[in-house]
Amino acid sequence: MAEKIVIIGAGQAGAQAVQSLRAEGFDGPITMVGDETFPPYQRPPLSKAYLLGSFERPRLFLKADNYYAETGCELILNTSAKAIHRAERQVELADGRKLAYDKLLLATGARVRKLRCPGADLPGVHYLKTIADVDGLQKDFIAGKRIAIVGGGYIGLEVAAVGAKRGLDVTVFEAMDRLMARAVSPDLSAFYAAEHEKAGVKLKLRTGVEAIEGTDKVTGIVAGGKSYPADLVLVGIGVIPCQELAEAAGLGCTDGIVVDQNARTGDPHIWAAGDCTRHVGREGHEIRLECVQNAIDQAKHAAYSMVGKPKTYSEVPWFWSDQYDLKLQIAGLARPTDTLVRRGDPAARKFAVFHLRDGAVAAVEAVNAAPEYMIGKKLVAESKKIAAETLADTSIPMKQMA
Amino acid sequence: MPPLFMSQPKHKVTYVEQNGTAHTVEVAEGWSLMEGAVKHLIPGIDADCGGACACATCQVYVAPGWEDKLPPKSDMEETMLDFAPDVRPNSRLSCQLRMSANLDGIVLNLPKTQHA
Repeated sequence: MAEKIVIIGAGQAGAQAVQSLRAEGFDGPITMVGDETFPPYQRPPLSKAYLLGSFERPRLFLKADNYYAETGCELILNTSAKAIHRAERQVELADGRKLAYDKLLLATGARVRKLRCPGADLPGVHYLKTIADVDGLQKDFIAGKRIAIVGGGYIGLEVAAVGAKRGLDVTVFEAMDRLMARAVSPDLSAFYAAEHEKAGVKLKLRTGVEAIEGTDKVTGIVAGGKSYPADLVLVGIGVIPCQELAEAAGLGCTDGIVVDQNARTGDPHIWAAGDCTRHVGREGHEIRLECVQNAIDQAKHAAYSMVGKPKTYSEVPWFWSDQYDLKLQIAGLARPTDTLVRRGDPAARKFAVFHLRDGAVAAVEAVNAAPEYMIGKKLVAESKKIAAETLADTSIPMKQMA
Repeated sequence: MPPLFMSQPKHKVTYVEQNGTAHTVEVAEGWSLMEGAVKHLIPGIDADCGGACACATCQVYVAPGWEDKLPPKSDMEETMLDFAPDVRPNSRLSCQLRMSANLDGIVLNLPKTQHA
Protein backbone atom coordinates (compact mmCIF):
# COMPACT_ATOMS: atom_id res chain seq x y z
CA MET A 1 0.00 0.00 0.00
CA ALA A 2 1.20 3.51 -0.81
CA GLU A 3 2.75 5.46 2.02
CA LYS A 4 0.75 8.31 3.49
CA ILE A 5 2.35 11.70 4.03
CA VAL A 6 0.80 14.28 6.32
CA ILE A 7 1.95 17.90 6.35
CA ILE A 8 1.04 20.10 9.29
CA GLY A 9 1.10 23.73 8.21
CA ALA A 10 -0.22 25.21 4.95
CA GLY A 11 2.35 27.90 4.23
CA GLN A 12 5.26 28.38 1.87
CA ALA A 13 7.15 25.31 3.16
CA GLY A 14 4.08 23.08 3.09
CA ALA A 15 3.20 24.05 -0.47
CA GLN A 16 6.79 23.57 -1.60
CA ALA A 17 6.90 20.13 0.00
CA VAL A 18 3.80 19.03 -1.91
CA GLN A 19 5.29 20.27 -5.16
CA SER A 20 8.70 18.70 -4.52
CA LEU A 21 7.28 15.37 -3.33
CA ARG A 22 5.37 15.09 -6.60
CA ALA A 23 8.37 16.26 -8.63
CA GLU A 24 10.47 13.58 -6.94
CA GLY A 25 7.99 10.92 -7.90
CA PHE A 26 6.05 10.36 -4.67
CA ASP A 27 2.58 9.36 -5.81
CA GLY A 28 0.91 8.36 -2.54
CA PRO A 29 -1.73 10.36 -0.72
CA ILE A 30 -0.75 13.67 0.90
CA THR A 31 -2.85 15.52 3.45
CA MET A 32 -2.01 19.10 4.37
CA VAL A 33 -3.53 20.66 7.48
CA GLY A 34 -3.66 24.44 7.93
CA ASP A 35 -5.21 26.56 10.65
CA GLU A 36 -5.97 29.53 8.40
CA THR A 37 -8.97 29.92 6.07
CA PHE A 38 -6.76 30.04 3.00
CA PRO A 39 -4.66 27.58 1.04
CA PRO A 40 -0.92 28.37 1.04
CA TYR A 41 -0.12 31.93 0.07
CA GLN A 42 2.85 34.26 -0.18
CA ARG A 43 3.46 36.27 2.96
CA PRO A 44 6.14 38.70 1.70
CA PRO A 45 3.70 40.90 -0.27
CA LEU A 46 1.44 41.31 2.79
CA SER A 47 3.53 44.10 4.29
CA LYS A 48 4.34 45.57 0.87
CA ALA A 49 2.20 45.64 -2.29
CA TYR A 50 -0.84 43.93 -0.74
CA LEU A 51 -1.07 46.48 2.07
CA LEU A 52 -0.50 49.26 -0.44
CA GLY A 53 -3.43 47.94 -2.46
CA SER A 54 -1.50 47.34 -5.67
CA PHE A 55 -1.62 43.53 -5.44
CA GLU A 56 -5.01 41.82 -5.24
CA ARG A 57 -5.67 38.94 -2.93
CA PRO A 58 -6.07 36.20 -5.61
CA ARG A 59 -2.50 36.82 -6.64
CA LEU A 60 -1.18 35.90 -3.20
CA PHE A 61 -1.99 32.22 -3.55
CA LEU A 62 0.99 30.04 -4.36
CA LYS A 63 -0.90 27.52 -6.48
CA ALA A 64 -3.94 27.39 -8.70
CA ASP A 65 -7.07 26.56 -6.69
CA ASN A 66 -7.41 23.19 -8.43
CA TYR A 67 -3.75 22.30 -7.85
CA TYR A 68 -4.21 20.40 -4.63
CA ALA A 69 -7.15 18.36 -5.87
CA GLU A 70 -5.39 17.56 -9.13
CA THR A 71 -2.20 16.48 -7.47
CA GLY A 72 -3.96 14.33 -4.92
CA CYS A 73 -3.31 16.46 -1.88
CA GLU A 74 -6.20 16.71 0.54
CA LEU A 75 -6.36 20.18 2.10
CA ILE A 76 -7.84 20.46 5.57
CA LEU A 77 -8.11 24.18 6.33
CA ASN A 78 -9.39 26.15 9.31
CA THR A 79 -8.18 23.31 11.48
CA SER A 80 -5.23 23.08 13.82
CA ALA A 81 -3.42 19.96 14.85
CA LYS A 82 -3.73 19.15 18.53
CA ALA A 83 -1.25 16.36 19.06
CA ILE A 84 1.18 14.00 17.40
CA HIS A 85 0.89 10.41 18.62
CA ARG A 86 4.27 9.11 17.55
CA ALA A 87 3.80 5.52 18.69
CA GLU A 88 0.58 5.17 16.67
CA ARG A 89 1.88 7.46 13.90
CA GLN A 90 -1.19 9.60 14.05
CA VAL A 91 -1.89 13.31 14.05
CA GLU A 92 -4.87 14.34 16.14
CA LEU A 93 -6.73 17.41 14.90
CA ALA A 94 -8.54 19.96 17.03
CA ASP A 95 -11.88 18.60 15.82
CA GLY A 96 -10.95 15.14 17.10
CA ARG A 97 -10.17 13.58 13.73
CA LYS A 98 -7.10 11.38 13.59
CA LEU A 99 -4.86 11.22 10.52
CA ALA A 100 -2.57 8.23 10.11
CA TYR A 101 0.83 8.91 8.59
CA ASP A 102 3.86 6.99 7.47
CA LYS A 103 5.83 10.21 7.13
CA LEU A 104 5.03 13.52 8.74
CA LEU A 105 6.30 16.99 7.86
CA LEU A 106 6.00 19.77 10.40
CA ALA A 107 5.79 23.08 8.53
CA THR A 108 4.11 24.98 11.32
CA GLY A 109 5.91 28.29 10.76
CA ALA A 110 6.14 31.01 13.34
CA ARG A 111 3.74 33.28 15.14
CA VAL A 112 4.11 36.94 16.00
CA ARG A 113 5.67 37.90 19.28
CA LYS A 114 3.03 39.79 21.23
CA LEU A 115 3.55 43.10 22.91
CA ARG A 116 3.28 42.75 26.68
CA CYS A 117 2.50 46.08 28.23
CA PRO A 118 -0.57 47.84 29.59
CA GLY A 119 -3.09 48.48 26.80
CA ALA A 120 -1.56 45.92 24.45
CA ASP A 121 -4.98 44.29 23.94
CA LEU A 122 -6.83 47.49 22.98
CA PRO A 123 -8.71 47.59 19.68
CA GLY A 124 -6.47 49.36 17.20
CA VAL A 125 -3.35 47.36 18.10
CA HIS A 126 -2.43 45.33 15.03
CA TYR A 127 0.07 42.65 14.04
CA LEU A 128 1.04 41.58 10.55
CA LYS A 129 1.51 37.94 9.68
CA THR A 130 -1.61 36.74 7.89
CA ILE A 131 -4.10 37.91 5.28
CA ALA A 132 -6.61 38.33 8.10
CA ASP A 133 -4.14 40.58 9.96
CA VAL A 134 -3.73 42.86 6.94
CA ASP A 135 -7.46 42.99 6.29
CA GLY A 136 -7.92 44.03 9.91
CA LEU A 137 -5.16 46.63 9.71
CA GLN A 138 -6.55 47.96 6.41
CA LYS A 139 -9.72 49.20 8.17
CA ASP A 140 -7.65 51.59 10.29
CA PHE A 141 -4.98 52.29 7.67
CA ILE A 142 -6.39 55.58 6.44
CA ALA A 143 -4.69 58.75 5.20
CA GLY A 144 -4.27 61.34 7.94
CA LYS A 145 -4.36 58.80 10.78
CA ARG A 146 -1.46 58.60 13.18
CA ILE A 147 0.15 55.17 13.21
CA ALA A 148 2.65 54.20 15.89
CA ILE A 149 4.85 51.36 14.70
CA VAL A 150 6.49 49.31 17.42
CA GLY A 151 9.71 47.79 16.10
CA GLY A 152 12.06 49.07 13.41
CA GLY A 153 12.65 45.74 11.68
CA TYR A 154 11.58 44.57 8.21
CA ILE A 155 7.86 44.44 8.98
CA GLY A 156 7.73 47.74 10.82
CA LEU A 157 9.70 49.58 8.16
CA GLU A 158 7.84 48.09 5.22
CA VAL A 159 4.58 49.15 6.84
CA ALA A 160 6.11 52.58 7.56
CA ALA A 161 7.00 52.98 3.87
CA VAL A 162 3.50 51.99 2.75
CA GLY A 163 1.97 54.22 5.42
CA ALA A 164 3.99 57.23 4.32
CA LYS A 165 2.99 56.56 0.73
CA ARG A 166 -0.68 56.32 1.69
CA GLY A 167 -0.58 59.57 3.63
CA LEU A 168 -0.58 58.32 7.20
CA ASP A 169 1.36 60.13 9.90
CA VAL A 170 3.98 57.51 10.78
CA THR A 171 6.18 57.19 13.86
CA VAL A 172 8.48 54.18 14.38
CA PHE A 173 9.58 53.23 17.90
CA GLU A 174 12.69 51.06 18.10
CA ALA A 175 14.31 49.96 21.35
CA MET A 176 17.75 49.42 19.78
CA ASP A 177 20.01 52.26 18.68
CA ARG A 178 19.52 51.57 14.97
CA LEU A 179 16.99 50.20 12.47
CA MET A 180 16.95 46.54 11.39
CA ALA A 181 19.78 45.93 13.87
CA ARG A 182 19.27 42.16 13.76
CA ALA A 183 19.33 41.98 9.96
CA VAL A 184 21.68 44.56 8.44
CA SER A 185 24.98 46.35 9.02
CA PRO A 186 25.15 49.84 10.57
CA ASP A 187 25.78 51.42 7.15
CA LEU A 188 22.44 50.13 5.90
CA SER A 189 20.66 51.13 9.10
CA ALA A 190 21.85 54.71 8.71
CA PHE A 191 20.93 54.79 5.03
CA TYR A 192 17.40 53.51 5.67
CA ALA A 193 16.91 55.86 8.61
CA ALA A 194 17.68 58.80 6.32
CA GLU A 195 15.33 57.49 3.61
CA HIS A 196 12.45 57.09 6.06
CA GLU A 197 12.99 60.54 7.49
CA LYS A 198 13.02 61.97 3.97
CA ALA A 199 9.61 60.38 3.44
CA GLY A 200 8.32 62.08 6.57
CA VAL A 201 8.49 59.08 8.89
CA LYS A 202 9.46 60.00 12.44
CA LEU A 203 12.00 57.65 14.00
CA LYS A 204 12.36 57.19 17.76
CA LEU A 205 15.43 55.05 18.33
CA ARG A 206 16.54 53.77 21.76
CA THR A 207 12.88 54.19 22.68
CA GLY A 208 11.17 51.18 24.22
CA VAL A 209 7.39 51.12 24.40
CA GLU A 210 5.95 51.13 27.92
CA ALA A 211 2.20 51.30 27.39
CA ILE A 212 -0.60 51.75 24.88
CA GLU A 213 -3.06 54.42 25.95
CA GLY A 214 -6.82 54.43 25.49
CA THR A 215 -9.98 53.20 27.18
CA ASP A 216 -11.97 51.48 24.44
CA LYS A 217 -9.49 52.01 21.60
CA VAL A 218 -5.96 53.24 21.01
CA THR A 219 -5.45 56.96 21.62
CA GLY A 220 -1.74 57.07 22.26
CA ILE A 221 1.46 55.28 23.08
CA VAL A 222 3.92 55.78 25.93
CA ALA A 223 7.52 55.25 24.93
CA GLY A 224 10.77 56.35 26.52
CA GLY A 225 8.77 58.01 29.27
CA LYS A 226 6.83 60.25 26.88
CA SER A 227 3.29 60.06 25.58
CA TYR A 228 2.59 60.30 21.85
CA PRO A 229 -0.92 60.52 20.39
CA ALA A 230 -1.79 57.65 18.03
CA ASP A 231 -4.89 56.33 16.26
CA LEU A 232 -3.53 52.88 15.61
CA VAL A 233 -0.54 50.75 16.49
CA LEU A 234 1.30 48.16 14.39
CA VAL A 235 3.54 45.81 16.32
CA GLY A 236 6.44 44.15 14.50
CA ILE A 237 8.76 42.79 17.16
CA GLY A 238 9.63 39.43 15.72
CA VAL A 239 8.24 35.92 15.66
CA ILE A 240 8.35 32.78 17.76
CA PRO A 241 8.66 29.33 16.15
CA CYS A 242 5.51 27.18 16.42
CA GLN A 243 7.12 24.18 18.10
CA GLU A 244 4.54 23.27 20.76
CA LEU A 245 3.23 20.22 18.91
CA ALA A 246 6.74 18.88 18.41
CA GLU A 247 7.71 19.67 21.97
CA ALA A 248 4.66 17.95 23.41
CA ALA A 249 5.48 14.90 21.28
CA GLY A 250 8.95 14.78 22.81
CA LEU A 251 10.88 15.93 19.74
CA GLY A 252 14.02 18.00 20.37
CA CYS A 253 13.30 21.74 20.40
CA THR A 254 15.50 24.68 21.32
CA ASP A 255 14.00 27.86 19.98
CA GLY A 256 12.85 25.87 16.96
CA ILE A 257 12.31 22.21 16.11
CA VAL A 258 15.79 20.75 15.79
CA VAL A 259 16.44 19.11 12.42
CA ASP A 260 19.52 17.83 10.61
CA GLN A 261 20.74 18.79 7.14
CA ASN A 262 18.10 16.53 5.61
CA ALA A 263 15.34 18.29 7.57
CA ARG A 264 14.87 15.22 9.79
CA THR A 265 13.89 15.43 13.43
CA GLY A 266 15.00 12.80 15.95
CA ASP A 267 12.02 10.62 14.93
CA PRO A 268 12.73 8.70 11.69
CA HIS A 269 9.15 9.27 10.57
CA ILE A 270 9.09 13.03 11.17
CA TRP A 271 10.67 15.93 9.24
CA ALA A 272 10.34 19.67 9.75
CA ALA A 273 10.91 22.65 7.44
CA GLY A 274 10.71 26.42 7.38
CA ASP A 275 10.46 29.08 10.07
CA CYS A 276 9.63 26.50 12.76
CA THR A 277 13.02 24.79 12.57
CA ARG A 278 16.51 25.13 13.94
CA HIS A 279 19.22 23.51 11.90
CA VAL A 280 22.97 23.37 11.56
CA GLY A 281 23.68 25.95 8.90
CA ARG A 282 26.31 25.81 6.21
CA GLU A 283 28.73 27.55 8.54
CA GLY A 284 28.49 24.72 11.03
CA HIS A 285 26.47 26.22 13.84
CA GLU A 286 22.80 26.05 14.74
CA ILE A 287 20.57 28.72 13.28
CA ARG A 288 16.88 29.49 12.97
CA LEU A 289 16.01 31.30 9.77
CA GLU A 290 12.83 33.24 9.07
CA CYS A 291 12.66 33.57 5.32
CA VAL A 292 11.14 32.33 2.08
CA GLN A 293 14.48 30.87 0.99
CA ASN A 294 14.70 28.57 4.00
CA ALA A 295 11.04 27.56 3.68
CA ILE A 296 11.56 26.62 0.03
CA ASP A 297 14.97 24.97 0.28
CA GLN A 298 14.38 23.10 3.52
CA ALA A 299 11.02 21.81 2.25
CA LYS A 300 12.75 20.60 -0.91
CA HIS A 301 15.33 18.81 1.22
CA ALA A 302 12.64 17.27 3.38
CA ALA A 303 11.01 15.95 0.20
CA TYR A 304 14.33 14.58 -1.12
CA SER A 305 14.88 12.78 2.15
CA MET A 306 11.30 11.51 2.40
CA VAL A 307 11.55 9.82 -0.99
CA GLY A 308 14.91 8.28 -0.12
CA LYS A 309 17.12 10.64 -2.14
CA PRO A 310 18.63 12.83 0.57
CA LYS A 311 20.89 15.76 -0.29
CA THR A 312 22.72 17.93 2.21
CA TYR A 313 21.04 21.30 2.76
CA SER A 314 23.73 23.95 2.43
CA GLU A 315 22.09 26.71 0.38
CA VAL A 316 23.07 30.31 1.03
CA PRO A 317 20.26 32.10 2.86
CA TRP A 318 18.83 35.10 1.03
CA PHE A 319 16.38 37.80 2.02
CA TRP A 320 14.78 40.86 0.49
CA SER A 321 12.84 43.91 1.56
CA ASP A 322 11.01 46.54 -0.46
CA GLN A 323 10.79 49.99 1.06
CA TYR A 324 9.83 52.92 -1.20
CA ASP A 325 11.66 52.36 -4.50
CA LEU A 326 14.54 50.65 -2.71
CA LYS A 327 15.11 46.97 -3.22
CA LEU A 328 17.25 45.52 -0.46
CA GLN A 329 18.67 42.10 -1.26
CA ILE A 330 20.84 40.19 1.18
CA ALA A 331 22.71 36.92 0.77
CA GLY A 332 24.59 35.12 3.52
CA LEU A 333 24.62 35.64 7.27
CA ALA A 334 26.66 38.54 8.59
CA ARG A 335 28.53 38.56 11.88
CA PRO A 336 29.44 41.64 13.90
CA THR A 337 33.14 40.80 13.58
CA ASP A 338 33.13 40.82 9.75
CA THR A 339 35.20 43.38 7.86
CA LEU A 340 32.82 45.63 5.94
CA VAL A 341 33.57 46.82 2.43
CA ARG A 342 31.32 49.35 0.78
CA ARG A 343 30.93 49.38 -2.98
CA GLY A 344 29.15 52.31 -4.60
CA ASP A 345 27.72 55.49 -3.14
CA PRO A 346 24.67 55.47 -0.85
CA ALA A 347 23.92 59.00 -2.05
CA ALA A 348 23.25 57.48 -5.49
CA ARG A 349 20.76 55.10 -3.78
CA LYS A 350 22.57 52.17 -5.38
CA PHE A 351 25.31 50.48 -3.38
CA ALA A 352 26.33 47.32 -1.59
CA VAL A 353 28.12 46.32 1.59
CA PHE A 354 30.23 43.16 1.45
CA HIS A 355 31.14 41.25 4.59
CA LEU A 356 34.59 39.67 4.56
CA ARG A 357 35.50 36.93 7.02
CA ASP A 358 39.09 35.68 6.95
CA GLY A 359 39.39 37.41 3.60
CA ALA A 360 36.45 35.53 2.07
CA VAL A 361 33.05 36.96 1.11
CA ALA A 362 30.60 35.82 3.82
CA ALA A 363 27.59 38.04 3.11
CA VAL A 364 26.41 40.87 0.87
CA GLU A 365 23.79 43.53 1.38
CA ALA A 366 22.74 45.23 -1.85
CA VAL A 367 20.48 48.24 -2.30
CA ASN A 368 19.14 48.62 -5.86
CA ALA A 369 22.25 46.72 -6.90
CA ALA A 370 21.32 43.43 -8.56
CA PRO A 371 24.80 42.56 -9.92
CA GLU A 372 26.33 42.97 -6.47
CA TYR A 373 23.61 40.77 -5.01
CA MET A 374 23.62 38.04 -7.66
CA ILE A 375 27.40 37.76 -7.99
CA GLY A 376 27.77 38.32 -4.27
CA LYS A 377 25.53 35.33 -3.58
CA LYS A 378 27.83 33.17 -5.72
CA LEU A 379 30.90 34.51 -3.94
CA VAL A 380 29.30 33.66 -0.59
CA ALA A 381 28.47 30.12 -1.77
CA GLU A 382 32.09 29.63 -2.81
CA SER A 383 33.56 31.51 0.20
CA LYS A 384 35.63 33.30 -2.40
CA LYS A 385 38.60 35.37 -1.22
CA ILE A 386 38.70 38.81 -2.79
CA ALA A 387 40.75 41.83 -1.72
CA ALA A 388 38.72 44.61 -0.14
CA GLU A 389 40.14 47.18 -2.57
CA THR A 390 38.98 45.08 -5.52
CA LEU A 391 35.45 44.71 -4.18
CA ALA A 392 35.22 48.43 -3.49
CA ASP A 393 36.41 49.42 -6.96
CA THR A 394 33.30 50.15 -9.03
CA SER A 395 35.42 50.47 -12.17
CA ILE A 396 35.79 46.67 -12.00
CA PRO A 397 32.48 45.06 -13.04
CA MET A 398 31.05 42.50 -10.61
CA LYS A 399 31.13 39.87 -13.34
CA GLN A 400 34.91 39.89 -13.26
CA MET A 401 34.86 38.90 -9.60
CA ALA A 402 32.95 35.68 -10.12
CA MET B 1 -12.24 29.93 -0.46
CA PRO B 2 -12.34 33.10 -2.59
CA PRO B 3 -12.28 32.68 -6.36
CA LEU B 4 -8.72 32.54 -7.58
CA PHE B 5 -9.17 34.23 -10.90
CA MET B 6 -10.71 37.65 -11.13
CA SER B 7 -13.07 38.82 -13.81
CA GLN B 8 -10.52 40.75 -15.89
CA PRO B 9 -10.37 39.79 -19.56
CA LYS B 10 -8.08 36.84 -20.17
CA HIS B 11 -5.73 36.16 -23.03
CA LYS B 12 -3.92 33.12 -24.29
CA VAL B 13 -0.31 32.30 -23.53
CA THR B 14 1.55 29.24 -24.74
CA TYR B 15 4.40 27.97 -22.61
CA VAL B 16 6.65 25.45 -24.33
CA GLU B 17 8.80 23.12 -22.24
CA GLN B 18 12.30 22.12 -23.29
CA ASN B 19 11.00 18.75 -24.47
CA GLY B 20 8.52 20.46 -26.79
CA THR B 21 5.42 19.99 -24.66
CA ALA B 22 3.22 23.06 -25.18
CA HIS B 23 0.72 24.36 -22.62
CA THR B 24 -1.77 26.96 -23.81
CA VAL B 25 -3.54 28.68 -20.91
CA GLU B 26 -5.50 31.85 -20.24
CA VAL B 27 -3.98 34.59 -18.12
CA ALA B 28 -5.92 37.56 -16.79
CA GLU B 29 -4.92 41.10 -17.81
CA GLY B 30 -2.57 42.64 -15.31
CA TRP B 31 -1.19 39.34 -14.07
CA SER B 32 2.42 38.58 -14.78
CA LEU B 33 3.31 35.85 -17.25
CA MET B 34 5.21 34.20 -14.39
CA GLU B 35 1.99 34.09 -12.33
CA GLY B 36 0.17 32.67 -15.32
CA ALA B 37 2.66 29.80 -15.48
CA VAL B 38 2.80 29.12 -11.75
CA LYS B 39 -0.98 29.21 -11.27
CA HIS B 40 -1.45 26.81 -14.18
CA LEU B 41 1.18 24.40 -12.89
CA ILE B 42 3.48 24.82 -15.88
CA PRO B 43 6.70 22.98 -15.06
CA GLY B 44 9.90 24.93 -15.66
CA ILE B 45 9.12 28.24 -13.94
CA ASP B 46 10.35 28.22 -10.36
CA ALA B 47 9.75 31.86 -9.34
CA ASP B 48 11.12 31.28 -5.86
CA CYS B 49 10.59 34.89 -4.76
CA GLY B 50 7.01 35.08 -5.99
CA GLY B 51 7.60 37.88 -8.46
CA ALA B 52 9.70 40.39 -6.54
CA CYS B 53 12.45 40.35 -9.19
CA ALA B 54 14.73 38.99 -6.47
CA CYS B 55 15.72 35.54 -7.66
CA ALA B 56 15.95 35.27 -11.48
CA THR B 57 14.25 31.87 -11.49
CA CYS B 58 11.43 32.67 -13.94
CA GLN B 59 13.40 33.13 -17.14
CA VAL B 60 11.63 32.57 -20.46
CA TYR B 61 12.70 32.84 -24.10
CA VAL B 62 10.25 34.98 -26.02
CA ALA B 63 9.29 33.48 -29.39
CA PRO B 64 10.18 35.44 -32.54
CA GLY B 65 7.70 38.17 -33.40
CA TRP B 66 6.66 38.89 -29.82
CA GLU B 67 9.73 40.63 -28.45
CA ASP B 68 8.80 44.03 -29.88
CA LYS B 69 5.37 43.91 -28.23
CA LEU B 70 6.95 43.72 -24.77
CA PRO B 71 8.00 46.71 -22.72
CA PRO B 72 11.76 47.27 -22.50
CA LYS B 73 13.68 45.65 -19.65
CA SER B 74 14.17 47.68 -16.50
CA ASP B 75 17.72 48.03 -15.17
CA MET B 76 16.83 45.55 -12.44
CA GLU B 77 15.53 42.94 -14.88
CA GLU B 78 18.53 43.47 -17.15
CA THR B 79 21.00 42.94 -14.35
CA MET B 80 19.13 40.02 -12.76
CA LEU B 81 19.00 38.31 -16.16
CA ASP B 82 22.76 38.61 -16.51
CA PHE B 83 23.01 35.96 -13.82
CA ALA B 84 20.34 33.53 -14.90
CA PRO B 85 21.59 30.34 -16.56
CA ASP B 86 21.81 30.08 -20.38
CA VAL B 87 20.66 33.61 -21.15
CA ARG B 88 19.90 34.47 -24.78
CA PRO B 89 19.05 37.73 -26.55
CA ASN B 90 15.32 36.90 -26.28
CA SER B 91 15.47 36.07 -22.55
CA ARG B 92 13.08 37.86 -20.18
CA LEU B 93 12.08 37.43 -16.56
CA SER B 94 8.43 36.48 -16.83
CA CYS B 95 7.60 38.10 -13.47
CA GLN B 96 8.27 41.46 -15.09
CA LEU B 97 5.89 40.90 -18.05
CA ARG B 98 2.22 41.87 -17.59
CA MET B 99 -0.58 40.31 -19.58
CA SER B 100 -2.37 42.68 -21.92
CA ALA B 101 -4.63 42.42 -24.98
CA ASN B 102 -1.78 42.89 -27.44
CA LEU B 103 0.03 39.87 -25.99
CA ASP B 104 -2.87 37.52 -26.76
CA GLY B 105 -1.32 34.37 -28.22
CA ILE B 106 2.25 35.02 -27.05
CA VAL B 107 4.57 32.01 -27.06
CA LEU B 108 7.21 31.60 -24.37
CA ASN B 109 9.85 28.89 -24.44
CA LEU B 110 11.13 27.61 -21.12
CA PRO B 111 14.78 27.02 -20.26
CA LYS B 112 16.18 23.67 -19.16
CA THR B 113 16.77 24.89 -15.63
CA GLN B 114 16.14 28.04 -13.62
CA HIS B 115 19.05 27.50 -11.28
CA ALA B 116 22.60 28.29 -12.32
